[in-house]
Amino acid sequence: MLAADTLQLAIRAVTAQRLRSFLTLLGIAVGIAAVILLTSIGEGIHRFVLGEFTQFGTNVIAVAPGKTKTGGSPSGLPSSARPLALEDAKALERLPHVVAVTPNVRGNAEVEGNGRTRRTLIYGVNAKLPLVYRSTVQSGQFLPPDDEGSARAFVVLGSKLKNELFGSENPLGQRLRIGGLRFRIIGVMAPKGQFLGIDLDDTAYVPAVRAQELFNREGVDEINIAAEEGTPSATVAKEIKERLIARHGREDFTIVTQEEMLKTLSNILNVLTMAVGALGGISLLVGGVGIVTIMTIAVTERTGEIGLLVALGARRRTILLLFLGEAVALSAIGGLLGLLLGFGLAQIIHFALPALPVHTPLSFVLLAEGIAISIGLLAGVLPARRAARLDPVEALRSE
Amino acid sequence: MALIELKGIERVFQLGDSTVHALTALNLSIGTGEYVAVMGPSGSGKSTLLNLLGLLDRPSAGSYQLEDRDVTTLSPDEQAQVRSQRIGFVFQSFHLVPRLTAAENIALPMMLAGIPSRERNSRVERALADFGLEQRADHRPDQLSGGQRQRVAIARATIMQPALILADEPTGNLDRHTGDEVVHLLEALNASGVTLVVVTHDPALGARAKRQLVMEDGSLKQDSAHAPG
Repeated sequence: MLAADTLQLAIRAVTAQRLRSFLTLLGIAVGIAAVILLTSIGEGIHRFVLGEFTQFGTNVIAVAPGKTKTGGSPSGLPSSARPLALEDAKALERLPHVVAVTPNVRGNAEVEGNGRTRRTLIYGVNAKLPLVYRSTVQSGQFLPPDDEGSARAFVVLGSKLKNELFGSENPLGQRLRIGGLRFRIIGVMAPKGQFLGIDLDDTAYVPAVRAQELFNREGVDEINIAAEEGTPSATVAKEIKERLIARHGREDFTIVTQEEMLKTLSNILNVLTMAVGALGGISLLVGGVGIVTIMTIAVTERTGEIGLLVALGARRRTILLLFLGEAVALSAIGGLLGLLLGFGLAQIIHFALPALPVHTPLSFVLLAEGIAISIGLLAGVLPARRAARLDPVEALRSE
Repeated sequence: MALIELKGIERVFQLGDSTVHALTALNLSIGTGEYVAVMGPSGSGKSTLLNLLGLLDRPSAGSYQLEDRDVTTLSPDEQAQVRSQRIGFVFQSFHLVPRLTAAENIALPMMLAGIPSRERNSRVERALADFGLEQRADHRPDQLSGGQRQRVAIARATIMQPALILADEPTGNLDRHTGDEVVHLLEALNASGVTLVVVTHDPALGARAKRQLVMEDGSLKQDSAHAPG
């Protein structure tokens, strides 16, 4: 029997029982819609989070003091590990494929200027920070490339801090007191927005050596390295490791490449997406059971017809394929309906709640339809086999 | 030449603890182009005989040669092929597929045989004309009268140009007049060379056949071709 004819007969059987078929395929449709909707939200969140991380550039490598066995970003808590020094940062600048290196000394301090006081995050860095983090200066200039050990007491404000202290006044050239030290304001950064709830603009950048003085630290919290775009992070990370081991005598530091971090994060988010997809899959399972039920009923109802088909010269395989085709037609049509439903709902959510990121990749759509069809096949196997094994004499007698 | 050659056919059913001998030691030969009526009371084995002839059932013992070929040893797929090409069935209850139109019902055996739709359409058109169903081509079975339904069923049985037509009480669900029409149709087919085997309760219908077989308790009680005396 020709495949087109098998399909046509199967679809005729589906359309002959409109209401029943519709209700059956609705079960699959709801399941597919749930899977598409949930995975769309999962994938949207995935992309949103990765976007947050890549706003700093994608080829950033961080070195933190102390050796940790697992990956992840350093906690920023003081540790007893041997610190990384400003000289270590200096030494890394000369490595091949390294574009810029900045030490990073972090701390929280009270800032006073223009008669106002505010607690804010202080970063001790060097002139290369805008290169590493892709930040831009809005007015004035960033810290000058002074000698690391004797950098002048200049400060560059984050846009939020500038607004809080100076409002619309021009802060350039004004004095600012941070902790017990005095600084002169030489620049204001362009707004960067938030990163995972942390306001990146409520900051002040001072030379690393001044921050060490301010927070009474010997080393740096982190060294950030920007590698050339297109160079594998792993290659650069290996060179950094060799250089630092040569300097320290052993591996008492941790290198985290952003590539590696993003990969880990991406994996976690993928698992999340799959998990919510699996939740939707439960309703798909229920839809599959609906198909088994209705196909079992169809085989019982059409026993006489099956006997007739045998008498007319149908092979067992043909009868099997006819009933399988019917189950697959039900699930495939249900799947398409579910895709429309899920995609439509995702779009509605996207418009109603722009804050909730939603994204439906084509691969999910194809995968969902593939799953729908496989469920139809699985659901159809038992009833179709029963149909194909009927004794034609008995089958013809039943009517 | 014998179209059908049955030798020592036995058919035993197991019903619970008891074994039922539906057919015992049956020997029968039917020639090409014959018109045979199989008669007998209920339970005499005539339906079992028809199912065996139609390869819907297998004998417990004995051999069945159709067109000089032993068909009992064929694989199920090969038997399906024989049913498709050589045998046409006509049933008492018509057995039309309710959701298909008359034309589609007639085309069904060709669909199953994998004949492309263009050839199907021309053959169905000819069959509709031959059986006076042109006006009913797009009607579903529930929109047809009993006589029309049986004509559709006969058109379907003959569309593959079989050598043998097996009719099980073809007039059982029809009134006298339409029943006669159907019988004339079948007889016309027989006249064109198709072998016709009719199972019936109806003595009048049985008497029209050129050869009568009377079954009783699973064996051939009387064969008019070898009439005693």
